[in-house]
This record gives sequence, structure tokens and C-alpha cells, in this order.
Amino acid sequence: MGEKIDPNLWSDGAEPHLMGGRLPSGEIVFPMPVGDAAQGVEPYKLSRRGKLWSWTSQGFLPKEPYEGPGSGPGEGPPDFQPFLLGYVELPGEVIVESRIVDARLEDLHLGMDLEFCIVPFNARYDTFAFRPIAAAESKAA
Amino acid sequence: MSENVYIIGAGIHPFGRTDSRSGREQGVYAVREALADAGLDWPDIECAYGGSAAAGNADIMVNELGLTSLPFTNVANGCATGGSALAASQQAIASGMYDLALAVGFDKHPRGAFNAKPADYGLPEWYGQTGMMLTTQFFALKIQRYMQLHGISRTTLGRVAEKAFRNGTITPHAWRRSPVDLDTIMNAPMINDPLTKYMFCSPAEGAVALILASEKKMKELGADGVKIRAVAVKTRPPNSFEVFQAGISIEEGGKPTVLASKAAFEKAGVGPEDISVAQLQDTESGAEIMHMAENGFCKDGEQEEWLANGWTEINGGKLPVNTDGGCLACGEPIGASGLRQVYENVQQLRQRGGERQVPGKPRLGYSHVYGAPGLSAVAILERE
Repeated sequence: MGEKIDPNLWSDGAEPHLMGGRLPSGEIVFPMPVGDAAQGVEPYKLSRRGKLWSWTSQGFLPKEPYEGPGSGPGEGPPDFQPFLLGYVELPGEVIVESRIVDARLEDLHLGMDLEFCIVPFNARYDTFAFRPIAAAESKAA
Repeated sequence: MSENVYIIGAGIHPFGRTDSRSGREQGVYAVREALADAGLDWPDIECAYGGSAAAGNADIMVNELGLTSLPFTNVANGCATGGSALAASQQAIASGMYDLALAVGFDKHPRGAFNAKPADYGLPEWYGQTGMMLTTQFFALKIQRYMQLHGISRTTLGRVAEKAFRNGTITPHAWRRSPVDLDTIMNAPMINDPLTKYMFCSPAEGAVALILASEKKMKELGADGVKIRAVAVKTRPPNSFEVFQAGISIEEGGKPTVLASKAAFEKAGVGPEDISVAQLQDTESGAEIMHMAENGFCKDGEQEEWLANGWTEINGGKLPVNTDGGCLACGEPIGASGLRQVYENVQQLRQRGGERQVPGKPRLGYSHVYGAPGLSAVAILERE
């Protein structure tokens, strides 16, 4: 396991949760606000399960401030690893933007059941992602 | 009661790449074109509003145009720079304070520009570090969901781009002047699924200047004016879904485009069915499709039929959209892009569209610009 890309982005422990915030109005937001905007906002552990709301692929090397494969010294587009990303609706909470892993583009569909997971990002950091629940169960088996 | 306001001069510096001129020099070029069009000299202009996103302040243009001591307000409003300059100059005349005003927008972006910094948008660093802070992703994510919910096909995305490049071939100020066929568009490298390379516009260069006049001044000059029926600028309402959002509310929110469109139609006292020609923000193919519905020209999902039947073509019979090829064929110099749409409508309403002229006698022209971080500006012009 690498370091967390942001120490406050998800909770520690065997079953990590993405960290959102609960506003005084009761509304759940992501990410947890920082600085003055965090006043009155309670840290809130978001659901580990959600449904796919939309998706796309990232097929080219993003520019700065991207720090993933292909961005390092002496690296370039051939070192880039294309990835999938999307929005995941956490029922009754909030819709979060996330990487999608363990899935093929052609298998993604609206409402697909997904589960939170932690994945390696670069030589130093881990980041968060969601993956199809079926894929998660078959890996565990 | 506010004064009627007319656009009596319109000038443009061709969009694309002009290595020999800075962004501001392109702006000066456009101002001179607009002055010549209106039959005016620079000292006639009483106040000016303008700016760019990445090519410096507009007020320095007086070095080239002449030191006439006019009040010149710099507008720095991102993608709404042109729209805000137009709104400010329109208000300056509508208030009765001035009779002649200039609105100018210009820009010059390096190739592959637009890399945003998370902190500038109030976002945590991880959002950029992990490769999620790309405007192209937002447009892909928005149209992907829209396609699933409303039955829009990939071919329809391709048809929008094909039309843009076709219109670009007959537009002197366009950047992309060669046609691109549907197969090439559909089979081009994927940028962000479902959008291929040809379905996105590119950062570019260019400038537009418009000269606005009171009715009294227009009549005095005997100028060929187009009336501004409405200008509306709106930023995002609660729970909206915009570019650069790590989290979205589960409550479906409003849209800045819908708000700006409704406000403009209300102010003008006309409806979508009255519009003869429309320029809609087409950062990518999907944006034009979604903006057709958000601006009230069709219902969600009807775009499939519209594009298949060519109803948004110049001679398509229903509503010509992006007659100069839009952002897809002209590129997107941010500060000038919104004013280019107004320029194109001025040309169409004055029957100066040349090969791309909309048939009949177009009476009402509609323009719509959208940009980060969630804002829209709509202008409705009328040929009286």
C-alpha cells in the first residue's frame, strides 16, 4: 500500500469510506470542505456502494497537475495508462466523481452497482476508485 | 423606460492562428473593421468595454486606436468576457448615458491550452493530481448520460461535427475550412468516450468588435443597425451540474443556460419558434445537441430526428444552427468566442452572409455562449 493521495480523503481501517461532509441543512457534500467553508460541516462517512450515473474514458495523457503514469521525469504519452472515470450516485447522499476500475468501457451502463475501493495510483500514492460489485465478489472468491 | 440599442458596426479578425499578430493587435484590427463598417472614426466612440482571457487587457488598445480619453473598462470574466462586454455596453446606451459604445473581445491561446489549477477553482489538489480536472471529461460525462436518458446516438454527435466543418468551408472568418466526412469523424481517435478528436473545438486566436448605438444616433448617422432585443447573463443556480465538480447534488438542479434563455425570451417578448437563426455554444458536438434543448428549440431526445433530417443546416428548413461552423470550425479564443456568435447573427440579419446566408429574410437571431465555472449569456437580435 502506498500513501494516501490526500490524508483526509477516505477513512482508515479495513473498510475505508470516502469522506464527505454534512452541512447544517442536512445536505451531504463531497469532498469535505476545508478552511472557513468547513465551519459547521460535520465529517461524514459516505456509503461504500453506489450506482453508475455517467462515465467516460481518459485516452490521452492529461497535462499538469496530473501526476500519474506518463507524467514523471523522462516519461511521456507511451507510459500513460488510459483509465475510466465516472460519477457514482451514493443513494440519499451525493454523486461523486471517481475512477472506475476492473471494468471494460463497453460493460458500463447507467445504474450499474459499484463498490468503493482503494487502488495504487503512482509509485508513491494510492487513490480511490469504484468497481463493479460482481468483479469485487469474483476477485474475493 | 430604457432606450433601444442597435448594433451598427461589426468587425472580426479571422479566427485560427495568426503568428504575426498578438491577441490585442487582432482586437485592434477588429475594432477598425467595425468602425469602417459603421462609417465612424475612433474619436466618435464614447465608451468601451472589452477583454480577453489570456491575451492581456483591452484598454491598452488606445495606444494604437488613439488617446481620446474615453472611459475604457476591462472585462475579465472568463468564458463570459464577450457576453459581459456586450451586456455592459448595451446597458451604457440603454441608460441614456451614452450614444455610441464599443464591445470588444480577443484572445490568443497556445496550442493545447486550458490546463486548469485546482486551487483556482476552490478544489483540492488530488482532483488535479489524479487526472480528473479536464474540461473535456465534463463534456463527455454530461453528453454520455444525456445520450442514455434521451436516446441520442453516436452518429448524431458525428453529424453535428460534419455540419460544422461543412459550414466552415464557406465562412471566411472560420479556422477549419476543409470538410470532414462522417466516417472520418466517427473513426477518429477517442478523446473521452463518446467524443472523438473531431467532435471537440480547439483553443485558438481571434477577435470581434461591435459598435452599439442609441436609436437617435443610428438615425442621425443613417446607419444599418440591428436591434438588440435582449441580453441575459446568468451564473449557475443551486444543485447544477457544471465543469469541475468532484461532487454533484442528488437533487436535480437548474441550468444557467435554461435561466439565461428564459430571461432573454421573456425580455424580448418572443419564443423559440420565432427565431430564424441560432448560434449555440458547441465546445463539442454534444454541447450543441444539449443546448438545442436547454435553449428551448426542441425537447430532450428530438435532436436525433432533427440531425437525421438536417433541420439545423443552413438550408435545412427549420432552424439553421452555427451557420459559421461554430466553435468546432472557428476554434475557441475565449474572450472573442461569444461575440463571434453575435457578429455572425448581425451578418445573417443584414443579409451579408454570402455563401452561408440563411434563406428568406431572417428576422430574429439568437446567440448562446456557455463556459466555466457554469455561466451562460444569451443575446436576441432583430432586423426591424
